[in-house]
Amino acid sequence: MVRCFLIHTVCPISALSAGECRVLYSRVFGPDEAVLSEELQELNPEERRLVQKEKVAVVARQVHSAVTLSREASGRQLVEMVPGEEVLALQDADSGVARLRAGDPFNEEMSVLWLGVQSLGFTLVCEPHENLLLAEGTLRNLTRHCLEHLHMLGPGSEVLLKSSRIDVLLSRLLPHGQLLFLNHRFAQSLEKEVAAYMAK
Amino acid sequence: MYSHGSESLMKQAREIQEPELQKFYSRLVKLLQGKELGHETVDSLQRLHLILSATKYTRTLPSELRTRLLSLLSSPVEQLQVLSSAVLREMSPLSGEELNYIQENVGHLNSHTAALLLSKAGTRADLSSVCVQLLRGLDNRPSEAPAHSLMHTLPVLNTILTHSPECLTEDHITLLSKRLVDWLCYASTVQGGGASSGRFFTGPRSRQPVPIAELDGSSVSGNFFTVLCVGQGFTEDQWMNVYSFSMLHHWLLTYHSVSIGNSTIETDDRSEVDGSLVSMVSATSSSSRLLPPKERLREKAFQYCQRIIEQSDRKAQKKTDTDLQKACLVEAVCILDCVCVEDASLVFRTFPSIKGLFGRLSPDLSFARVLLPIAQFYLNHGEMAAVDCESVWKLVFGQFPAELFNDPFLAHELLRFLRLNLEKFQLGVPQYTHFFPNLLKFLAWDSPAVVDDFVDLLPSLVTPVTAVELLHTLLDLPCLSATLILQLRSTCLPISEQGGRGLLSLDAFRNPSFRGLFLFMLRGEAGSGDTIDRLSTLHDLLAEAADWPRVVHCAQTVPVLLHIYFSTVVMVADEKLLAHLILVMLERSSILLKIPTYVKEIHRVFSCHLLRMCKLWPSLVVDQSHELVEFAGISGNVYSKEELYTHVVWVLGEYLSVSCDSRCSVRLITSCFETLEAVLFEITSSGTPDGTVCPAPRVITTLMSALAKLASRSHDLIPRVSLFLSKLRTVTRSGSVAWCSDEEDLVAIVTRGEELWSLLKAPGVAQSVLTPSPHITTPQWHRDTNVAMPLQLRALTSLTHPQ
Repeated sequence: MVRCFLIHTVCPISALSAGECRVLYSRVFGPDEAVLSEELQELNPEERRLVQKEKVAVVARQVHSAVTLSREASGRQLVEMVPGEEVLALQDADSGVARLRAGDPFNEEMSVLWLGVQSLGFTLVCEPHENLLLAEGTLRNLTRHCLEHLHMLGPGSEVLLKSSRIDVLLSRLLPHGQLLFLNHRFAQSLEKEVAAYMAK
Repeated sequence: MYSHGSESLMKQAREIQEPELQKFYSRLVKLLQGKELGHETVDSLQRLHLILSATKYTRTLPSELRTRLLSLLSSPVEQLQVLSSAVLREMSPLSGEELNYIQENVGHLNSHTAALLLSKAGTRADLSSVCVQLLRGLDNRPSEAPAHSLMHTLPVLNTILTHSPECLTEDHITLLSKRLVDWLCYASTVQGGGASSGRFFTGPRSRQPVPIAELDGSSVSGNFFTVLCVGQGFTEDQWMNVYSFSMLHHWLLTYHSVSIGNSTIETDDRSEVDGSLVSMVSATSSSSRLLPPKERLREKAFQYCQRIIEQSDRKAQKKTDTDLQKACLVEAVCILDCVCVEDASLVFRTFPSIKGLFGRLSPDLSFARVLLPIAQFYLNHGEMAAVDCESVWKLVFGQFPAELFNDPFLAHELLRFLRLNLEKFQLGVPQYTHFFPNLLKFLAWDSPAVVDDFVDLLPSLVTPVTAVELLHTLLDLPCLSATLILQLRSTCLPISEQGGRGLLSLDAFRNPSFRGLFLFMLRGEAGSGDTIDRLSTLHDLLAEAADWPRVVHCAQTVPVLLHIYFSTVVMVADEKLLAHLILVMLERSSILLKIPTYVKEIHRVFSCHLLRMCKLWPSLVVDQSHELVEFAGISGNVYSKEELYTHVVWVLGEYLSVSCDSRCSVRLITSCFETLEAVLFEITSSGTPDGTVCPAPRVITTLMSALAKLASRSHDLIPRVSLFLSKLRTVTRSGSVAWCSDEEDLVAIVTRGEELWSLLKAPGVAQSVLTPSPHITTPQWHRDTNVAMPLQLRALTSLTHPQ
């Protein structure tokens, strides 16, 4: 199962101070793990929500530094892309995977897959036994749809104001965090549904 | 991509004031009261979601708004379902009333409502009730339920069993096992409705069922439907086939693992009795109708995976399908592995196809990630099937790291594979430690991503056989990093490149006379030598790599790994090996790639562990006294290797004595004394080597203390020390000195000198203070006859009891 999907900033942007990382979209699937673990039983719901938001922020920061180090090491220059060049932006994207130890911040060990497209990072947090090949493909697909349907290569704020589109996208391609083995026909069928929703 | 506009939007959402917020709430309630819910409502709901999710602190909605939002969960318009679910997810948990409302009014649990219920579940009981609701929906579907209404059932159930597998009762498990079998192996093999033929005239002829096809276009004759089958449209059970296969592995891992604690005892007993029969049956017959549901599911999973493996050999027409085939192969092999762990008799039926797969895929490196689960299968079942796994390990440890070190996903998966099966490898494939040069390539290439894995793996790679070579390799990890970069560059770039970075080192890499150096760095296996003679040549050739980011990242992780290395090696090494390691440390302290701060950090690690080793085995100092004294005799080391030099002098002073090792002779003590004395004289004379740098005060005090300690063991050296110390006092009284710039430091040095001088005036006292005997430094009071408890008690008893 995928535990969460995030979209966040990954490189120094003029709108933010150095090192700051803004989470633009986060979706945690399933019940809060704090609820079912013995140690965190004493927290009230507000505190639990706070803890969950903090966990998401921790993941975003880890990916932020992973992307920074990876780009530094590869020495590639970032080329500005404009709307319409989504496929190219995706091809050019950095990708990687990191391990989150148990307790830091999720109760169990997790694998974090990330895709760095320009100044945004798209991150999937998966359980380690999960099929990472499938997860990687799913992440790329999700990213492509997000970039296209929310015009993310432009300066707009649609990702903040149209988050329901991402919710619907996830409900078809990653329902409740379930990775799906979709051949091109199944994928087409789901993508048609998503496109129909986006058009409204 | 993230502009100032977006940032200010987020700020607004976070910092909205209470009055404005209340106004917004009441406006929204008014909008929701209307009959038609148009764009403005949707926009407002979206803004509400942004406001709620932008802050870490939970806001409270007025109850009327909450009620309105709840009612939207059952709206026919999906957008409203999505938005209300998203907003309510950001709120405090649903009250009992609200939960009842949902149960009664949201007739058939849609996906977004299910997401809300899951996210707000406060206890296992909540999850159980969601589970029950879903399964009820599975059994009795209302006829007016929309076409795809079943589809989210399996993902939700999968989520529940991830967090709380006990929520499903035995009956549920049986029911689902049966349904899974139906969906996996008995889905229809014709194309579904919704297949728009695009024709105007739909006569009876065009309504003939069109069969589905394989990925390469051929027909699916006689076989069952799988995720690798295509058609224009799909029926519901074909969709359920996809969802079933997607969760199958997790299902089997959760409910079919060998020890399931919580299920009722009777069913366990029953399956044990049936087990012996079943294993005979499954090995021979293909008719699985006699099997109980769990075993039937296992058998069907086996068949499905075999079909997937066969289908993956077909050439797909689209690239996305080719990628899917790879992912399906990985999944199929994992499921087969899981099934074989549960029922060992399936191993003999499975191995032929796994072996065939290995033979087909191993020459092609693009299938490396598929070969890892195959390697896991060999590791788990190879012994039982008496199959030779040598070629598998050669591929996984010999070829993959050497050629695919720059694939971050392969690195992650291979290292995880090694980590999870470490015990099995240590028992069954102990030669894997010989591949450490290869494994370290992952670390050299992308240290930040994999250093965490190596923190766990490194201890197992430290064995008495590999220890020395491993130390050399770790110290040269930045060189390996640079070499790998050059290797990749030289294959990518043309022979004659104008300008560009790395020109000198790239030329050197391509130069035949230096080939041997680089080849040694790139070796895959240990055993061909600890290190090379021309190591400093290599460092000179790679000098310009010292500021390449990848090399710098790598250099930052080496000290951490060295700490782990040394902490492990003292536990597995004998004294002889530790003596060898001390020599390596002394030798390598000057042969390191010149990266800023790298050399200093390494020296610091060396110093720390030299101390620890000598504390554990004091006789090491006498054993290696020749090399240690030689090192201490080079006055240049005082300036270039200050930290290490200080510690070497200290251990000499502390452990070069008869009480540590009986081989310590007066001659040895005297020669060491003379060496240290000469250095001390030299550095405290008025002229320093380059006239600019002063020796660190700590070096001077350590030298003085060491001399005093040595003198206390051989009393005729005392006058020489005392003479030096009194001369020191005289010189410093006359004002500042060339070899010490700071006045406070000078005072400290002089004070130490005076303390030692007065101590040495009484040789016997000096000896017991500066060379305490072991029974004082390592007290074992319980073994001391004078302080042992029984004796004390006996003494007390005899005193208190009148005779």
